[in-house]
Amino acid sequence: MWKLLQIELFKIFKRPRTYIAFGAIAAVVFLIQVALKFDGKSYIDLLMSNLKDSFDFNDDFKLDLLNGYLICFVILNTLLIQMPLLVALISGDSIAGEANMGTLRLSLTKPISRTQYMLVKFLASVIYTVALLIWMAVLALFGSMLIFGTNDMVVLRSEGIEQIQSFDVMWRYIAAFGYAAVALTTVSALSFLLSVFAENSIGPIIATMSIVIVFTILSEMNIPIYDQTVKPYLFTSHMVAWKGFFYVKADAEGTTINGSIENLPAIMRSLSILLIYIGLFFGSAVWVFRKKDILT
Amino acid sequence: MMEKMCRLIPGKVILMLTVIPFLTGYRLKTSTPEEVIASVRAKLDKVNDYEASGKMKTNVIFIKAPIAKVKVYFKKPNKLRINNESGISFIPKGSVNINLSNIFLNGTTSFDIIDVGNEAGTNLRIIKLLPKDENSDVVLSTLYIDESQSLIKKAKTTTKDNGTYELDMTYGKYAEYGLADKVIFSFNTKDYKLPKGITFDYDDGSKKEQDPNKLKNKKGKVEIVYSSYSINKGVSDTVFQ
Repeated sequence: MWKLLQIELFKIFKRPRTYIAFGAIAAVVFLIQVALKFDGKSYIDLLMSNLKDSFDFNDDFKLDLLNGYLICFVILNTLLIQMPLLVALISGDSIAGEANMGTLRLSLTKPISRTQYMLVKFLASVIYTVALLIWMAVLALFGSMLIFGTNDMVVLRSEGIEQIQSFDVMWRYIAAFGYAAVALTTVSALSFLLSVFAENSIGPIIATMSIVIVFTILSEMNIPIYDQTVKPYLFTSHMVAWKGFFYVKADAEGTTINGSIENLPAIMRSLSILLIYIGLFFGSAVWVFRKKDILT
Repeated sequence: MMEKMCRLIPGKVILMLTVIPFLTGYRLKTSTPEEVIASVRAKLDKVNDYEASGKMKTNVIFIKAPIAKVKVYFKKPNKLRINNESGISFIPKGSVNINLSNIFLNGTTSFDIIDVGNEAGTNLRIIKLLPKDENSDVVLSTLYIDESQSLIKKAKTTTKDNGTYELDMTYGKYAEYGLADKVIFSFNTKDYKLPKGITFDYDDGSKKEQDPNKLKNKKGKVEIVYSSYSINKGVSDTVFQ
């Protein structure tokens, strides 16, 4: 099985299109970093516009605020919404691509079970997803730290501002990237499931993106009828829970409590929901695949 | 006749009538508000510049911030800078007012002085300063002064554009210069709100308990506890740039 996994990874990383995702991430990260390096103060002015009557924001303050930790947060905020497409490019092609090329039946002649075959295919997709996230972490986090330096991290929420001391940030990013890996694996599992039904990879990729877009819109809309009925069950509502690691507790006087997380049980609940989705999607994919007539 | 009266008023009563006024700080001749202001100002004028180290706590309803180690720089006439030594601090507008000499920046002739008397309980002398200049941003300053030490314990400044600032001072070893060991600066804050379309907040499903006073409480507070001052040792102008 290990050998099979190596073969699958070799196939994934041998294809030039695999690197489109890495290139796209590098381009987006680079563009955001350049924009904020040269015009970051305007961005801060925009974000702080309704506080400018109460506080003094001099240039030093803005430069301190625009540090690597904040830049990485901005990038993650932007990119993690687009990343499902990049993940689906590989996992949507996983089974459907083999079917399209007519190599699926041949692959299954090897002395392994269909479940093992699916497991290896899915594991390869997960490794690709993790590799993509590591690439993003290197560019967005470490790259930004190198360009912009480090300082306290300020997180802007719709109804408040959270300030985290610089020594208390890194572990939050490690946790957030770990969570993001699970969130993107959910999309990968969905795409993988759809891939079982198709004989062309375009279908599962577009279907995955359509589902993610519709669910994301529903998750972000603030319509009371959906808030309690639909939203809690959509996996897209829980994909943004990585931000929870940057929401801190404070004492009665509003002083940040170092090392705290505002609502860890909620993050764990969201994580559990995503893991259930992954199990459900992958389990369904295996179940369907085991019963499927492989004709190509 | 006199001898008869002296016998009627016991000696103890005479002694009490003589001693009590001294014990309670009562003075037969009360200082004029101008004299009180002049003595306060004289104390503050001893300081040309200072560099102070301290810890700053920000208490604003919509900000969660850590306690910051700060350096506060002051140079006459009204240059003041608060620098966070290891991170970021939200510095409220009008924080230059934590330096009390700023109140008398335009000289004692630039405002009318109104004596309000002494505050019940604390016995602090309340003096109001009304700027003569109609275009001045400051509309009214109310000072609560400890006359015996010539120290401003509390100050309220009402401005045209930025609401009311309040200062509460606690003095210690630098009282002879009119410099406080602890300053609480209260200021008006405006509502903070960003669209969710920009922040993409994570909704953890918990229902936030809406504090009924939250919307009413528009006051923010910054508390600085000073650990040391370096007075009149010279402060470079570059610090304030």
